[in-house]
Amino acid sequence: MVEKQAGLGLLSGTVFGAGLAVSGMADPTRVRAFLDIFGAWDYTLAFVMGGAVLPMALAWVYQRRLRKPFAAPRFDLPETRNIDAKLIGGAVLFGVGWGVAGLCPGPAIADLAIRPLPAAMFVVAMAVGVGVHRIILSLRRATQKKQEA
Amino acid sequence: MPPMPLQGFLGGLMIGLAAVIMLLGNGRIAGVSGLAARGLGFSGGPPWILAAAFLVGLPSGAAMVEWLSGGVVTRFPASPIFLIGGGLLVGFGTRLGSGCTSGHGVCGLSRLSPRSAVATACFMAAGVVTVALLRKVGATW
Repeated sequence: MVEKQAGLGLLSGTVFGAGLAVSGMADPTRVRAFLDIFGAWDYTLAFVMGGAVLPMALAWVYQRRLRKPFAAPRFDLPETRNIDAKLIGGAVLFGVGWGVAGLCPGPAIADLAIRPLPAAMFVVAMAVGVGVHRIILSLRRATQKKQEA
Repeated sequence: MPPMPLQGFLGGLMIGLAAVIMLLGNGRIAGVSGLAARGLGFSGGPPWILAAAFLVGLPSGAAMVEWLSGGVVTRFPASPIFLIGGGLLVGFGTRLGSGCTSGHGVCGLSRLSPRSAVATACFMAAGVVTVALLRKVGATW
């Protein structure tokens, strides 16, 4: 069953990457122009978001009627509901980085195929950021365990 | 370059379709930051091979469009400082905030998740303020 899941994962990633390239989101300058609402605003990304949300909104309605997904034993979806400082702080830091480079994770990884060098610089730095978060998380868990012991 | 709403909408539909395949096929969210962390081995979650396959797919799909269309426009900042600084913030921030444009923006908003709506509003606002501030101090590409 995991082969089927990997196959669907590859298909999903490929369609996703193609969509990013078609939509203009693979272009950091256009993404920045979308965020530049006080300058020469480019509204293209609003259409990208609209186009992406539409099929997913229908899929969520259908998903409620399914007992399980087609290639996996069960649905494994985020159930966290709380809105806390971590969510807001993380989103703000992400937004600052998005504005600085004009890239978010999807387009950055997709651009590895089109502009390998600058895309790799961003992706490696992003991996370091993910690693730093992971290290802080492990350190905090270790201290918590010590306090409990 | 002028806005291209039609192409944007078409590409958006493809991104949405990709997320539908992940949701109805694998029962999971097509969140790129989460799948990237899983692929790097920095978090738990889906089978590793699923995350890896998705991550390989992203550049493959972009390469196909590049090949078929004869060129995808990608205007990167000239200075690596923007790329490295931005990358560090995006990597750390998306983990702390549990998602990025795809997970919170596409999958969460379409699910009407209040948590994702707050996250999306925050990263959009932060992005807008950042671009405005950078332009004000003359730190353009």
